[in-house]
Amino acid sequence: MRSEELKVKSFDMNTLSTAAKPIIIALWLSLLFLPFKGFKAAILFFAIFSVLLLSLKFLSPYKKIFAERLQIFSKKIYLLSVNRYPSIVIRSALLLLILTMPFMVRDYFIDVAILVGIYVILALGLNVVVGFTGLLNLGFVAFYAIGAYTYALLNTKFGIGFWSALPFSLVITSVAGFLLAIPALRLRGDYLAIVTLGFGEIARLILNNWDSMTRGPNGISGIAPPEILSISFGKLSHYYYLVFLFVILTLFITRRVYASRIGRAWVAIREDEIAASAMGINTTLYKLYAFAFGTFWAGLAGALFSGKMQFVSPESFTFMESVLILCMVILGGLGSIPGVIFGAFILVLLPEVLREVQLYRMLSLGVGLVLMMIFRPQGLLGGKRVSLRS
Amino acid sequence: MLKLNGIHTFYGPIEALRGINIEVKQGEIVSLIGNNGAGKSTTLMTISGILKPQAGDIVFEGEGIGGMPPHRIVEMGISQVPEGRRIFPRLTIKENLEMGAYTKFKVQLDKIFELFPVLKERQKQLGGTLSGGEQQMLAIGRALMSNPKLLLLDEPSLGLAPIIVSKIFRTIKDINREGVTVLLVEQNARAALKLSNKGYVLETGKIVLEGKGEYLLINEQLKKAYLGE
Ligand SMILES: Nc1ncnc2c1ncn2[C@@H]1O[C@H](COP(=O)(O)OP(=O)(O)OP(=O)(O)O)[C@@H](O)[C@H]1O
Ligand SMILES: [Mg+2]
Repeated sequence: MRSEELKVKSFDMNTLSTAAKPIIIALWLSLLFLPFKGFKAAILFFAIFSVLLLSLKFLSPYKKIFAERLQIFSKKIYLLSVNRYPSIVIRSALLLLILTMPFMVRDYFIDVAILVGIYVILALGLNVVVGFTGLLNLGFVAFYAIGAYTYALLNTKFGIGFWSALPFSLVITSVAGFLLAIPALRLRGDYLAIVTLGFGEIARLILNNWDSMTRGPNGISGIAPPEILSISFGKLSHYYYLVFLFVILTLFITRRVYASRIGRAWVAIREDEIAASAMGINTTLYKLYAFAFGTFWAGLAGALFSGKMQFVSPESFTFMESVLILCMVILGGLGSIPGVIFGAFILVLLPEVLREVQLYRMLSLGVGLVLMMIFRPQGLLGGKRVSLRS
Repeated sequence: MLKLNGIHTFYGPIEALRGINIEVKQGEIVSLIGNNGAGKSTTLMTISGILKPQAGDIVFEGEGIGGMPPHRIVEMGISQVPEGRRIFPRLTIKENLEMGAYTKFKVQLDKIFELFPVLKERQKQLGGTLSGGEQQMLAIGRALMSNPKLLLLDEPSLGLAPIIVSKIFRTIKDINREGVTVLLVEQNARAALKLSNKGYVLETGKIVLEGKGEYLLINEQLKKAYLGE
C-alpha cells in the first residue's frame, strides 16, 4: 500500500520534471528572440516552442524515428559521395557540374562558390587539429589572417606576385602555428581553448592597431590577383578554377597524411593521450605537427582570400569567423573529411540563401547545432565509427 | 634488468612515492601489491616515463632512463598495460593492435592472435564494444606488439570474473615463459604472489615489505592486511 503510494508520487514527480525541461528550453529559446522581435512575439514563440517541445517529449519514439530517418538520409548522401560502385557516374557528373559551372551561372554564384572553396580549405585545416587530433583551437582565424596579410603586405609593399608570396604565407603561418603550439600544448582541454581564443583576439587587435604596417581598420587595398604567364586570375571564373585546384590539393594531401603514420598518431592522441604515449608515440611532437599542418592550410586559404578580394581588413578575421569554421567541422562530423566539406558547403550557402533573415543567422546556427547534438552527435556525415582508413 | 633507486614522484605538492627501491631481474615475475592509493600505478607510470621522478634514478639494462620521454622508453623495450586498460574505443581490435606496434616497422599480429584467439575472430570489432575480459586481453596484446623485454601490468584482474582472472594469470605466466620479464601490480595479492618470484608491498608511497612470493604468502603481517585471513 505504502510503496504503491510512493510509486504514484514518484511517477508524478517524473512527469513533472520531464515536462519542466522542455518548458525551460522553450523559455530559453524565446528569450533569444526577445531582442529581435519584442515582447509579444517572444511570448508567442514561447507558447509555440513549449507545445512543440512538449509534444516532442511525450512522443519520444518520434525522436528515434527522426534520428533513424536522418541517419538513412545521411547514409544516402554518404553513399553518393563516397561509395565507389554506383557513384562513378554520379562522381563524374558532379565533377562535370563543378567544372562547367562558371559557364552556366551568374557571377554571384561563382563568387559564392569561390567562398565555399576557401572555407572548405579552412575547415579541412581546422579538422586536422580538432577532428583528427582532438585539440580545440578557437583562434584558428588568426592563422587565416596571417596568411592573408602576409600576401597582402608582400604584394602591396614589395610588389611580390602571388606565386612567390604564397610560400611565405604558408611558411609564416605554419611557423606561427608551431610557435603558438609550443607553450599552448602544455595546457589541456578548456585551457587550450582559452589560450587559442586569446591568440586569435591578439592577432586581430594587432592588425587593427599597427597602423604603420597594416593600415589598421582601413585595411589594405589594391592587392593584385595571382597570374600565370601574364594571364591574370582577376576574372571570377578563372579564380574559381584556381580555388578548385587548391581544394583538390588540400583534400588529397590531408587524406594522405591522415592515412599515414602521422595520422595514426593523431588519432591515438585524440582517443586517449596517455595510452598513446604508452604506445611509444611522441605526443608532444605530433601535437605540434597537427597544429603546424592545420595552420598551413589556413595560410593557403588566407592568401587565396587576399587574392580574391584584393582587399583585406581586420573585420574579416573576427572571433565569429573562428566559430563559423569550427561549426563547419562539427556540423559535418568531426574527423570525417566528406563531412567537413559538406559542413562548409551548408554554412556558406545557408546565409546566402537566407539573406533576408541575416539577423537570425547565428541564432539558427545555434539552434541547429543544439538539435544536432541531441539527434546526431557525431555530425551530419560522421559515421558512428571514426576509422583510420577513411 | 630494472632497478629503481630512491624514487620520489610528486603530483604537484603531493608526494605519491617517497623513496622507492625495487629490483626486477631478467626473466622474473615481480609483483607489487598494496592498498588503494598506495602508489602502485604511480610507480608504473614513473617507470614508463609518463610521470617524471623528482629524485632517484631508474636503471634499465645498465642505462639510466629516469626522465626519458615515454616513447624512448617504449623503444628501449618497456611496455605498459595501463590501469583501466585504456583501449582506443573507436578503433577496431586490429587497429588497436597496430597502434601497439607504433615504434616498430613491421606489424606481427600472428603471435598475439595465437595467445588470444578471440581477438582474431573479432578483428573488426570496435575496442569500446568489447567486454571487460576481452578488453584486458586486447590491452595485453597491444602492449606485447612492441615486443617488450619488460612488461608492466597494472591490475589486469580489475573487474573481471574469477574464471577470466585465472585465464589472464595463466596467460601472464605463458608470456613470462616466452622470455618476457613481468612487473605486475595487483590488488588480488594471493593470486599475484603465487605467480611471482618476488613481491613488494607498498604503503602510502613506501615499500614496507619485500621478499620471495611464497615467503610473503605466509607472512603474518601481510595475511592480516592483504590476504584477508
Ligand atoms: N593525477 C593525480 N593528481 C594528484 N594526485 C594523484 C593523481 N594520481 C594519483 N594521485 C594520488 O597519488 C597517490 C597514489 O596513487 P596511485 O594511483 O599510484 O595509487 P594505486 O596504488 O595505483 O591505487 P589503486 O590500487 O587504487 O589503483 C594517491 O594518494 C592518489 O590520490
Ligand atoms: Mg592504481
